[in-house]
Amino acid sequence: MIEASAKGVLAACDERDISIGECTLREECERSGKSRERLLARMEEMLFAMRASVRPGLSEPLRSTSGLTGGDAFRYHRYCQDGEPLCGPVIASAAAMALSVSEYNAAMGRIVACPTAGSCGIVPAALLSVGEQRGKSDGELVMALFTASGVGELIAQNATIAGAQGGCQAECGSASAMAAAALVELMGGSPRQAFHAAAMSIKTVLGLVCDPVGGLVEIPCIKRNASGVANAILCADLALGGVESYIPFDDTVSAMDKVGRAMPAALRETALGGLAATEAGQRLAQKIKK
Amino acid sequence: MGDYGVFDIIGPVMVGPSSSHTAGAARLGEMARSLCGGKISEVTFELHGSFAQTYQGHGTDKALLAGIIGLRPADERLPRSFELADQLGLRYRFVPADLGSVHPNTVRFLIVTEAGEHYSITGSSVGGGNVVITDINGIPVSFTGESPIIVTRHKDTPGVISNITALLYNERVNIGNMRVNRHKTSGTADMYLELDKEIDPSVLEKIRALPDMENVLELRCQPDEF
Repeated sequence: MIEASAKGVLAACDERDISIGECTLREECERSGKSRERLLARMEEMLFAMRASVRPGLSEPLRSTSGLTGGDAFRYHRYCQDGEPLCGPVIASAAAMALSVSEYNAAMGRIVACPTAGSCGIVPAALLSVGEQRGKSDGELVMALFTASGVGELIAQNATIAGAQGGCQAECGSASAMAAAALVELMGGSPRQAFHAAAMSIKTVLGLVCDPVGGLVEIPCIKRNASGVANAILCADLALGGVESYIPFDDTVSAMDKVGRAMPAALRETALGGLAATEAGQRLAQKIKK
Repeated sequence: MGDYGVFDIIGPVMVGPSSSHTAGAARLGEMARSLCGGKISEVTFELHGSFAQTYQGHGTDKALLAGIIGLRPADERLPRSFELADQLGLRYRFVPADLGSVHPNTVRFLIVTEAGEHYSITGSSVGGGNVVITDINGIPVSFTGESPIIVTRHKDTPGVISNITALLYNERVNIGNMRVNRHKTSGTADMYLELDKEIDPSVLEKIRALPDMENVLELRCQPDEF
């Protein structure tokens, strides 16, 4: 991203009266030297790959490669179809999709890292579930992916998107912020509202640690993808309803960076702290070693 | 602050579950295959650190082998690489090892080609699917896939290096980085060259045909995904 901050992106959006997605696309043309058509086509491939990664876990119970987890996306999806989930149809279907993509990842399925493999369920689930329920076209979803990417680039440039550096706030937190902003623009909200949604999503998971049981991308990663997409939809809704973040996006990202740096190594993907270090976590880790 | 592009954030399309333990491992396998010229009959994978600890759960073993048989990190056949390698008659084994003070996600490939040549290639998966080859047959290198490299083994005698660089100069290929290691006992030396652009296969053949050359390896960049 050529612009270094949300402030800069907003100024560029205001000046040309465009969305964050459009601004990101134009900057990428300039940065990479590739044509607009080529970049749009490439992003459409990402959308198709995301859509293909949602289905397997919903249509049958998947089992992870380690044998540790699986089947929850199928279970929850069936419950949603049979009854009336408390979350309501949008969040419930998004949560089922997020579980599904994450389970597919753990089962060595083909996914799109977004921004990472550990957080790969959040953005696809947000866009595909809202897209389906609100009748959005693939063209609109592709532009929303550019919005998501623009927000992700700002986080990567000013903090980190790696769990080993910044904890889960950097992976699932970043994905939530990307998804929230993308949903706001998909639903016709302004760039300002999109950054408020992104800021609020990060604020709710600031300090979240990365503590995978046995070092594998399963426990608690898969369920954090489900809560991550619920968080994104809620924050997008708040922003669309006119709620603003008192702490602006750029400051939130800077806080995330500092919190990540202050985090002990045990809580940054080493499987030495948090849930990984609990009695149950240790027992599960032992089980897969056999 | 790094410079990130759109597809550094959304993408790559990959077979899960981990960009470093699966996608990166597949790329390392792919690079090792390409260095040996692709015709491999036997591989021992020495797994170090986190690769040794969690390779089965992350499918690191399947990914490394997939790369060795020529599958890309997004190939959906990657989880079936054992079966595919068996069909090809490839012999392989995975051994946990201590490779010293290297990156926690490191593997050493001990390869025997169909022609009976032996290769030892070490590489690390350094995060987000990015990888670096750090050692080829005992020569310290730093190949990330961004610039092509040439590795030569030749007689340790005056003129060899200037012959090679002259050939590259004729093709107007700039050298970005070079390193020479001599082996006093065998009277040979190794040279590692990082180039600004890929060279034509005919130039590589000319280098191979130079006097006092024993062996020339080449690693090209990964094809751009789009």
